[in-house]
Amino acid sequence: MTDNSMDMTAKPRNQWWDVWDQFKTHKGAVFGLGFLIFITLFCLIGPSLWNVDPGKLDIRNKDVRPIYMAIFDSGAKVSWARPMGTDNLGRDIMANIMQGGRISLAVGWTAMVLALLIGTTIGVLAGYFKRLDGILMRFTDLVLALPLLPLLLVMMLLFRDPLRATFGPEQGIFILIVTGIGITSWMQTARIVRGDVMAIKEREFVLAARSIGTPARRMITRHLLPNVLSPIMVSATLGLATAIITESALSFLGLGFPSDFPTWGKILFDSVDRMTAFPERVIWPGLAISLTVLAVNYIGDGLRDALDPSIRGL
Amino acid sequence: MLDNPKKALVSVRDVKMHFPIHSGLLRRKTGAVKAVDGITFDVIEGETLGLVGESGCGKSTAGRAVLRLYDITSGEITMDGIEIGSTPQSQLREMRPMMQMVFQDPQASLNSRMTVEAIIREPLDEHTTLTAQEKREKVAELMDAVGLNRAFAKRYPQAFSGGQRQRIGIARALALNPKFIVCDEPIAALDVSIQAQVVNLLEDLQEQFGLTYLFISHDLSMVRHIATRVAVMYLGKIVELADRETLFAAPLHPYTKALLSAVPEPDPSLARKTERIILQGDVPSPSNPPKGCNFCSRCPAVMDICREVEPAYREVKPRQFTACHLFNES
Repeated sequence: MTDNSMDMTAKPRNQWWDVWDQFKTHKGAVFGLGFLIFITLFCLIGPSLWNVDPGKLDIRNKDVRPIYMAIFDSGAKVSWARPMGTDNLGRDIMANIMQGGRISLAVGWTAMVLALLIGTTIGVLAGYFKRLDGILMRFTDLVLALPLLPLLLVMMLLFRDPLRATFGPEQGIFILIVTGIGITSWMQTARIVRGDVMAIKEREFVLAARSIGTPARRMITRHLLPNVLSPIMVSATLGLATAIITESALSFLGLGFPSDFPTWGKILFDSVDRMTAFPERVIWPGLAISLTVLAVNYIGDGLRDALDPSIRGL
Repeated sequence: MLDNPKKALVSVRDVKMHFPIHSGLLRRKTGAVKAVDGITFDVIEGETLGLVGESGCGKSTAGRAVLRLYDITSGEITMDGIEIGSTPQSQLREMRPMMQMVFQDPQASLNSRMTVEAIIREPLDEHTTLTAQEKREKVAELMDAVGLNRAFAKRYPQAFSGGQRQRIGIARALALNPKFIVCDEPIAALDVSIQAQVVNLLEDLQEQFGLTYLFISHDLSMVRHIATRVAVMYLGKIVELADRETLFAAPLHPYTKALLSAVPEPDPSLARKTERIILQGDVPSPSNPPKGCNFCSRCPAVMDICREVEPAYREVKPRQFTACHLFNES
């Protein structure tokens, strides 16, 4: 191994292995990654193993408590057929969490990626091109000043029906919600990225690249973006959390998905009024949301360290 | 060698680089920092032109302006017969391989997210169509040329010492076989022992590749070692330009005299004898230079005319240029 590394003509080791090695040293990140894989598989493959229709009403078996309640209370209404219990309409909670997770994760990731793309693009352009700075940042201020909920309300009213007609009820609402969340949460990223780009732009290595004749587009991809990766990563992890929570809030207000369409946030809000009697209905979706957010935060943390060569000790 | 005049590789004619100052509510232009205020010189093929001066006199700006890293305010720059003073940056790209730069701070001038190989390869990526394997070989050759172990190609710049980093910077500058390299205080950030190594490396490379240097420094002894001709700058202007021997033996301009008298003398008995010329006051602000000669506020030999008329920069003795009223023909 050491002999090979002394010889440059030997095929160089892929640098992503170094990143992975560093990532592995961050315990939280590894746990986070493990949990994220678990929850993703749970939501994706779960429904095909746990073959219960999440929307099926079963009034006779309503308000079944989760199976572990039998330990504390021998008279509790439990059933092995409903390990996480059922809600007040007899719908299976585990199937609902799986189905809801699909939507929540999809909304979270897509909205986060969209917000990140818009935010990074606007931030980099404003920071790098002085001419665009004024207009792009005033635009950012403008969007920042818009109240989110009324804006989404108007968007729903205007676009819900045409989108539904084109993409079907679920697809249409999905696109609408993702776009709504995406275009209202990129501003922080844009501001942070702009500030960092402006600072890095003045560093000598950028001048060195200019003396080589590197054009602006490659200057951005080669020198600026890798150096603003840390704040982007942090906004990404925060953005995913915000997106999941915003989607929950929208569902709660009746602006989100239709009522028979579970998402984590919606299950949570539906259960709030009977929280004291049936705490598990709040705990399960709440735990899913917060653990996912936490896992993504840790992954982002570990990834940021792993992608920085100076921390990697190379 | 100096007797047969060679052609000038770079000629700079009255180049000005003013940075505007915006102030007030409407960000109107209220003035300008005259970092470089009309400099004229030639760099002859194969020579090393030393550019010296105190901090803030515009040396680095002059070097960057010559390479057109800035859009200069006015003036002409001719590089190998091609006028580049007013060429837009997009067209300059073709010219970039010819002229390169070695920077002052070897830490700041290398992107810490790129491996040494990627840093040295960047000019090749931009200007050549070599295959990945050819590029890797070329990078290895360059690393050999500057005395870096080629096994370190996959490391990041922060794993290297200051001198090694500067070698990486030099290798990057050499990658495209340039004719002209601006060395912007390449040794200022290095230890004294490393300074000698880097300067010797630069000299060896000059011989090997037939390079022409504009060597910017505030270290007069180092300039005396490496330069063939020396230009002295004060407050954005060249006050004197002469062959190395002439300049160090018989400086004309009072500022050059004062600057040279500040060089430490290693021999204690000589050091006691030499008289230092201590200049009074501070360097005026480049945004508000004095009327007449820029040096009139501190000159030990100031005359009335100095405060009124700006002295012309001209050849007062053969191959010795200066801008001072003391040498007016009268």
